[in-house]
Amino acid sequence: MNVPAYNFAYLNEQTKRMIRRALLKAVAIPGYQVPFAAREMPMPLGWGTGGVQVTAAILTPEDTLKVIDQGADDTTNAVSIRRFFVKTAGVKTTEVTEEATIIQTRHRIPETPLTEKQTLVFQVPIPEPLRFLEPRETETRKMHALEEYGVMHVKLYEDIARFGEIATSYDYPALVNDRYVFDPSPIPKFDNPKLDNCPALQLFGAGREKRIYAIPPYTSVKSLDFEDYPFSIPRWEKPCEICGSRASYLDEIVTDDKGGRMFVCSDTDHCRKQKSAA
Amino acid sequence: MYVAVKGGEKAIDAAHRLLSEGRRGDPSVPEITTEQISEQLALAVDRVMNEGSLYDRGLASLAVKQARGDLTEAIFLVRAARTTLARFGYTEPANTSAMLIRRRVSAAFKDIPGGQILGPTFDYTHRLLDAGFDRTSPSLVPETPSSEIPKVLAMLGQEGLIEQPQASGTAPGDVTQEPASFPMPRDQRLQTLARGDEGFLLSLAYSTQRGFGRTHPFAGEIRLGEVEIEFTPVELGFPVVIGEVTLTECEMINQFIGSADVPPQFTRGYGLGFGHCERKVMSMALVDRSLRADELGEERVAPAQDEEFVISHCDNVQATGFVEHLKLPHYVDFQSELILLRKLRAEANVMQEAAE
Repeated sequence: MNVPAYNFAYLNEQTKRMIRRALLKAVAIPGYQVPFAAREMPMPLGWGTGGVQVTAAILTPEDTLKVIDQGADDTTNAVSIRRFFVKTAGVKTTEVTEEATIIQTRHRIPETPLTEKQTLVFQVPIPEPLRFLEPRETETRKMHALEEYGVMHVKLYEDIARFGEIATSYDYPALVNDRYVFDPSPIPKFDNPKLDNCPALQLFGAGREKRIYAIPPYTSVKSLDFEDYPFSIPRWEKPCEICGSRASYLDEIVTDDKGGRMFVCSDTDHCRKQKSAA
Repeated sequence: MYVAVKGGEKAIDAAHRLLSEGRRGDPSVPEITTEQISEQLALAVDRVMNEGSLYDRGLASLAVKQARGDLTEAIFLVRAARTTLARFGYTEPANTSAMLIRRRVSAAFKDIPGGQILGPTFDYTHRLLDAGFDRTSPSLVPETPSSEIPKVLAMLGQEGLIEQPQASGTAPGDVTQEPASFPMPRDQRLQTLARGDEGFLLSLAYSTQRGFGRTHPFAGEIRLGEVEIEFTPVELGFPVVIGEVTLTECEMINQFIGSADVPPQFTRGYGLGFGHCERKVMSMALVDRSLRADELGEERVAPAQDEEFVISHCDNVQATGFVEHLKLPHYVDFQSELILLRKLRAEANVMQEAAE
C-alpha cells in the first residue's frame, strides 16, 4: 500500500492559496461570511476542521502555535490538534499566550490581552447567526445583503418577554464594523467584549459549513442589545479557588455527588500566571 | 426482439451459485472466520446486534459474513432469525447506574466524580491511513473497569436543574409484538429508535443541530460498559442474573422549559444501544428529544419533530425492502400504464389534428 507523503501543515499549496484568497476577502469585508471549498481533514467534521484549515493556510515554519479548547491547553481536542501541527508542520508550540504568534481556539478567547503580532483562529460550528431563525441559506444570505436583521432583534425581545432578559449566554450575536451581524462561534458572551477593537487579527473557520470570516485588528464589534436592556456579562460570587482571580471566566467542577462544586479559571495559562504572581 | 423472462427457478439457482462464489472471493486468499469477524470487526457486529435487535455476537458475526459485509443485509438476516425465537418473558430493567464502566465522558463538566474516562475510542486519533498498524502488536493496556459511578444528570437533578423522568405507570410496550399507532408513547418510540437505522437517525439528529427543529444539546454523559441482566423465572419468584451485555448509553441535556408554575429546567434526550455504538445513541438521544415537541409544547416545524415521519421511516429492514422491491417484476401494472398512456396520446393527437 502506498501511503501519501504530506506537505508542510498537511494541505497542499494549491489548497492553501484558495484558503488565503478567502481569508483576504474576509479581512476586506469584516464579518462577511466568505464561502470556501473546505477539504476533508483527517479528523471529523465538527471537530475544528475549519480552524485547522485556516491555521494550516497561514502557518509558517517561524510561527509559535498555541491551541486551546474551553480555554485550556490540556483538553483532549486541543492536544490532538496541537499534535497534528507538530507532526505535519514541526512548528514550535507553547502554552503561554504571550509567546504564541497563532492561537487556535475553540469556545474561548484568552484572558491575556492579545497584541498586533498575534492571530487568533476560531473553530466555528455554525457560522450563520441567523441560522436558528431561518434555516435556509438562500434566505439568510439575502437577509445579510439587505441588512435585514429585524428578526434577530425580535428574537432578543421575545427572550426578554419570556425570561425577563436576553436568554443567550454563548454564541451571542454582534455587529461587526456597523454592517454585518456575525456569529462569534460558541464563546461565552463573557468573551464578546474582547472581540471589540482587538489589536490581533481574528479569523474564523467553519469547515463543515464551508465558510470563512474575519475581524481585522481594531475593528468595532458591538454585541446586540437594547437601550433599556444593555448587554452585560456574568459575574461570579467567588474568585477562582486556585489563583484567586476575580476577572476571569470560571469553570464549575463537580467535586462529589452531594452537590459539592468548585470554581476555577477556564484559561489554564492565565490561572498558572496569576498563581505564580501571587 | 422481446424475450419473455421465464425459467426463473434455474436463473435463481445460478444467481445464488454466483453469489456463493462472490462471497468466498479468490480461493487462494484464506477464508475469514466468524470469530475473526466478532473480534476484529467488532463494531460492525455491534451495529448488526443493535438494529437486528438481538444480542448474540455469534449470530451477528455469521450474518456479517453471510451478507458479504453488507450490514443492512446482515441486520435483515438477524431480524429474520430473531423473529423465530421462543420468548420466555421480559428481564428486569437493565440498571446502567451499576454499569462496569470502560468509557465515560461528559461534555458538560470539566471534571466529575468518577472522572472522565476516555477508554477505547477513535476520538482524537488523526485519520491518517496507516498501512503499518496491523503489523505492530498492540501494547497491552491493563483495563480496570471502575466500580459504580454516579450519573452526571442525577447530580443536576439534585439541584432541580433538570426535569425528572416521569414513570408512565404502565408496563412498557413491545414494538416487536404490537403494531405501531400514533401518537406513540415514549417507551415505544425509544424502542423503535433503538432498532432504527443509524444513518437515518444520524442525519435527522444532524438536521436538528442545523436549525430544523433545534434542541440545544449538551452531551451530559456517554457511558460504555457491561451491565448484568436479571430475569425472574416464575418458578423462583426472585430475580437471578442470567448474563451480561455491553451497552452504550447517552444522556443529553437539552435547553430549558419553564412556565409560570415551574421554574426553568433543562430537558432530557435519551439513547441506549447494544455494544459500542456512540454515534447511534447520540443520534437517538437528539431525535428522542426533538420528538418530544408536543409533550413540551414546542411548535412542530421540522422533519425530526414529526413522530409519524420519523418512526415510520427509521427501520432499514422495512425501508430497504420497499425501495428494493422496485426490482421485482411489475410487468402487469406497467402494462396497464402503457395502455393508458398510449390511449391518452392517441386522443391528444386526434384533438390536435382536428384543431389544425
